[in-house]
Amino acid sequence: MSATVGECAPRLEALARKLGLDYHPVDFELVPTTFMMEVAVYGLPVRMPHWSFGVRYMHQLIRRNMGHSRIFEVMFPGDPCHAYLVSTNTLAENTLVIAHVLGHADFAKNNQLFARFEQMAGTHIVEHAAAQAHRIDAAVTEFGQQRVEAVLDAALALEPHIDANTELHRPPYPARPETVDATPGENPFRDRYQGLPGEKAAPETSKERRPTPVPPNPEYDLLWFIAHYAPEMEDWERDVFLAVREESFYFYPVFACQIMNEGWATYWHARLLREADFLPENVYLDAIKAHSDVVRPFAAEQQTALAVNPYHLGFSLWEHIVEKHGIEQARRICCEEDDFGFIRNYLDRELAEKLGLFVFEARKDGEIKVAARDLDAVREAILAPKFNYGAPRICVSELRHDGTLVLIHDHHSDGRGLDLDRAARVLEYVQRVWRRPVILQTTDTHGAAHELTARTNG
Amino acid sequence: MSDDLLNPDTQPQSRISAEVSWYDLFSRGARDWLRHNEKVREAVKQRVREFISSPDVLTRAGERTVLVPVRLLEHARFRLRDPETESGAGQGAGEPGKVLRPAQPQAGEDEGAGRGGTGEGEVNFVLELKIDDILDWLWDEMKLPELKPKQSSAVEDAELVREGWDRHGARSRLDRRRTVKEAVKRRAIQQHPVPFTDDDLRFRQLVRRQKPATNAAVMFAIDVSGSMGETERRLAKTFFFFALQGIRRQYPKVETAFLAHTVNAWEFSEEEFFRTSGTGGTAASSALNLGLELLHSRYDPARYNCYLFYASDGENATEDRDPAAAALRELASELNYMGYVEIRPSHGRSSETEMSNLLTELQNDHPAIGIARISGQEDIWTALRQFFQQQAGQAEAA
Repeated sequence: MSATVGECAPRLEALARKLGLDYHPVDFELVPTTFMMEVAVYGLPVRMPHWSFGVRYMHQLIRRNMGHSRIFEVMFPGDPCHAYLVSTNTLAENTLVIAHVLGHADFAKNNQLFARFEQMAGTHIVEHAAAQAHRIDAAVTEFGQQRVEAVLDAALALEPHIDANTELHRPPYPARPETVDATPGENPFRDRYQGLPGEKAAPETSKERRPTPVPPNPEYDLLWFIAHYAPEMEDWERDVFLAVREESFYFYPVFACQIMNEGWATYWHARLLREADFLPENVYLDAIKAHSDVVRPFAAEQQTALAVNPYHLGFSLWEHIVEKHGIEQARRICCEEDDFGFIRNYLDRELAEKLGLFVFEARKDGEIKVAARDLDAVREAILAPKFNYGAPRICVSELRHDGTLVLIHDHHSDGRGLDLDRAARVLEYVQRVWRRPVILQTTDTHGAAHELTARTNG
Repeated sequence: MSDDLLNPDTQPQSRISAEVSWYDLFSRGARDWLRHNEKVREAVKQRVREFISSPDVLTRAGERTVLVPVRLLEHARFRLRDPETESGAGQGAGEPGKVLRPAQPQAGEDEGAGRGGTGEGEVNFVLELKIDDILDWLWDEMKLPELKPKQSSAVEDAELVREGWDRHGARSRLDRRRTVKEAVKRRAIQQHPVPFTDDDLRFRQLVRRQKPATNAAVMFAIDVSGSMGETERRLAKTFFFFALQGIRRQYPKVETAFLAHTVNAWEFSEEEFFRTSGTGGTAASSALNLGLELLHSRYDPARYNCYLFYASDGENATEDRDPAAAALRELASELNYMGYVEIRPSHGRSSETEMSNLLTELQNDHPAIGIARISGQEDIWTALRQFFQQQAGQAEAA
């Protein structure tokens, strides 16, 4: 093979810049497949140890050995971005991956969700996560595997339970409620309505005496709340919670923009390959073949799929948008939306019909049928797994005087109750670090209110 | 580089590297997987009795490991309950109402419901556990005493041990180190030393010493007459397995013999033994006499610690009563210990059986007899504990 990845990459990049891609530079590394698999399992190149990753790793190994899954590309936004190329992939495959990663890098620099996270956490999260992993390793040495694992059991179980709308570095609740500032004269509006005829002075004492409830409002950022308000947690344990939370914030934009982001990268790798006249013909053909595998909606030999391939959907959507509104508009959408806005605003009837999107229903007895082709239903079915970071909506409603943590599952917005057995196990994890009673209100199978407590177990 | 300096607009270039980077290149996935296995092992340990009682565990008699089927641990997260009908987005042809897959009579539950969840299906794997580990856990948990070899002087092995040195001996026992030492000492005080003399030679000496026998012979006898069904035999099998393992813990060398009887008795190999079933009447004396025969021909009580465990449902032909009693008496006087397990899963039958009467009677003269009744898996542990405690007590008293 005459050309190498090292030769193709700079020319691809020059082309990308010429076409207007704007991104932080990318550090590519050639790594063995096994490393790639681990990165996919952990979500970060170096991350804290936990047995649950071992289970995922095993699943991944099994899938790979059955030929179901081949990971081509993993990319971490930052400045520089980090991306990995499998050293045993062909030149064509890696050329495709480089082009794809440049698309991701452009997306990560420009999309507002990504940008917001970068602003809060900086651009070195990969290195940061590695440092945290080393701190946790050190904690294992200092406090023993059992204790560290207990904390990680709880923290990682609550991984998606953050409030992505709040700040990453968030101050604790104000000690007192911001009492209505009644000093007259400062606020002309208030002055004017201060002394309406017949008004009595507001009773002030009662307000002063009442302590601020914690949390003042339902708190959905469970990791943050526990890290700050657990009555008996040690500092290193709180750090572990905050480390998991920070990583969860980092994963959130990737999760919330998956369709857009993969689609955008796919759009750009297809375009870069098309316009890269310097590529040898065989490399180009092989790369295009790899591309068509990536965007294939169905598994081999099949005419229907019970899942929507995000690469395919996103790619089709971007092509559709560029065709209809032009690239500038596409760029604007790329900055402003996440998957919710992207699907709801830009997946139109024309495209949905062209792609043959439908909603299916699977009954417990195994029967699966096409339920609807209505556009709204299709959009919501695509988005359903993405609500609330893919997790049930659970919030802290009350911290009682005896330290009891009261959680409420918002079953109205989720539409049904929790899997009680799993929930009880999560409560058990949490109680081990909270060290006071933990209860959770949800509904049982009959829809009746149900209060779960952690199984008492050490 | 110089271009960069000249042109401030030039953005930094991406780079490709293939060198080993700052992260450690050991497999974190494998490490966490091992930790997972360790946790599974701990879980198995905590519920070792349940795991062991399941009949699929003891499939590899004779090996020193057992294979325990276990499920992967799940790290629980909050999750919504599985809905009655799951829905999702798909892609392809077909009008609303078109059935993509018909209902599946049985397997539907797994596949249909699994899809919406983690999508990872269920993976079972087999954990290989060392029998010795399991036994350690069991012994820990049940606080079973360790067996002691018979203390009586009759049970002794002669053993050759090294003891001291001599100036004469066979060439092969020449201790070169000692010999050189002697030579060095002699040369140090002699005026005109020669390198070696015959006086320097030192030979290792062996002496014959008596030591308590550490061999054990265990005979298992089972009644396979018509009244002993599949369940009874399985209970007996499990009991025998652990009784044997318990004895193996103590003795470096354990020999076994497996006997089964109806009106006649036969010796079987370990594998065949548990598969045997017979029909017809019961004459316990046949097996007991065969046991005696083996004891005399193969396992000299002077050289072996001998154990016999007999499992039966307690029935025995009335006309066999006297021969059986005689055989039992003779056995009891020669064995370290005799265990009788009566296996009666069905309830309501009278607790007085032919065999238990015989043995209870005999127990008055021979305290090294244990009787236990097993009606279900859980009783096995009670029976084992009883036997081992009693046996240990016996050994101590002796």
